[in-house]
Amino acid sequence: MIHLDAADLAIAAVLVVLLALLSARVQRRLGWQIAFAAVRTTVQLLLVGLVLKTLFAAAHPGWVALMASFMLLMAGYEVTARQTRALRGGWAFGIGTLSMFLSSFTVTLFALTVIIGNHPWYAPQYAIPLLGMLLGNTMSGVAIAMERLSQVAWQQRAEIEARLMLGQSAREALRDYRRDAVRAGLIPIINAMATAGVVSLPGMMTGQILAGALPVEAVKYQILIMFLISVGTGLGTLAAVAAASRRLFDTRQRLRLDRLRAP
Amino acid sequence: MERLRAEAIQGAGWGPLNLTVGAGECLCLQGPSGAGKTRLLRALADLDPHGGQVYLDDVVAARIPPPQWRREVALLPADSRWWATTVAEHFPKRARLDPASVGLPAAALHWTVERLSSGERQRLALLRLLANQPKVLLLDEPTANLDAANVARIETLIADYRRIHSAAVLWVSHDQEQIARIADRCATIENGRLTALIEVAA
Repeated sequence: MIHLDAADLAIAAVLVVLLALLSARVQRRLGWQIAFAAVRTTVQLLLVGLVLKTLFAAAHPGWVALMASFMLLMAGYEVTARQTRALRGGWAFGIGTLSMFLSSFTVTLFALTVIIGNHPWYAPQYAIPLLGMLLGNTMSGVAIAMERLSQVAWQQRAEIEARLMLGQSAREALRDYRRDAVRAGLIPIINAMATAGVVSLPGMMTGQILAGALPVEAVKYQILIMFLISVGTGLGTLAAVAAASRRLFDTRQRLRLDRLRAP
Repeated sequence: MERLRAEAIQGAGWGPLNLTVGAGECLCLQGPSGAGKTRLLRALADLDPHGGQVYLDDVVAARIPPPQWRREVALLPADSRWWATTVAEHFPKRARLDPASVGLPAAALHWTVERLSSGERQRLALLRLLANQPKVLLLDEPTANLDAANVARIETLIADYRRIHSAAVLWVSHDQEQIARIADRCATIENGRLTALIEVAA
């Protein structure tokens, strides 16, 4: 693998600075956002590089668990931050985090022990990247679906209540909107699977090929990852939407939009 | 015999107030806008959290599952909502319906919601509500924005339903002539409180 040094990265960074300057002409704020995000990416990835280096050296299950928990909490925070009308009182964070935990962690655990089967199963070199890919995608699905659900409940309040007034249960009254939210959460991964290899070359496979792996081996890994991601995202999204829709109603099946934060 | 009884019902900024409506009785509610009439009806239909107790035929609301409660204590909002394409999709399956009772042809059930006029919408919204055979009707200005012919149709339909099913009717109206036509009693709500309750001479 060809080694990259700081100068190589600096050249790419100059391009990002140019993009930021160009965007700032359209909207000043946008330029700063690009610059800030680029700095964040650099710092976060450098840090995680260092962490992974120590983690790989130690390979202690406790450290792996700590790293996994940190990633999960950050994902939970992101899910909440991305919502304009999140559930109040920590419910958005709780539901998002729990559903990501249930889906991503279970699927990762399953893949590590049953499919990949390396020793020890928690070897950070496999466990952490796998969990990272799963969490990242599940996070998007969960965030989009929860956002859509609360938005739709807010906008279609009169319709949902009209259904309740006619004697529909909370479940029935929300069914169409719940379906809508699940679909919104799953469309990105469905599209990614549909266009993989035709329009886009997925990042992990590309990375392995750049690192010198045989294309067919890289492809097999990519297929595995795609499947795992779709299962993780699907389960996480379903769980989050189910839990959030329950929270939108109380025990007397009243629509409780006062449980949503004002934007 | 009393159908609906509310004891010390109250919400944020209104109440507490007591209210009973007898079987086959029509109680009109009037009062300035913002006085709490709509909020009272929503609380009675158990759509909003509220204090106090509401009884239907002496059974407290908490003992009746919410969907059943709302079918029996039916609220007709001022502005009806339609979520599907055709009219029929909004009715309970196997309901016995006669659009003729609201002055519409049987084919009206297959019309698309989009083509309905405001009068047709309101008449069908009432038909949709009555399909559940409610024991109590909570009507929030059901004839506002309708022409005289439609107002008369709705009044007749509700009067017939009330008589046949011994239903209790709570009717929000601002129209004094209408109140004189339909009401047995008339209550006035101001600042979330019941300020007057009078018998209306037949």
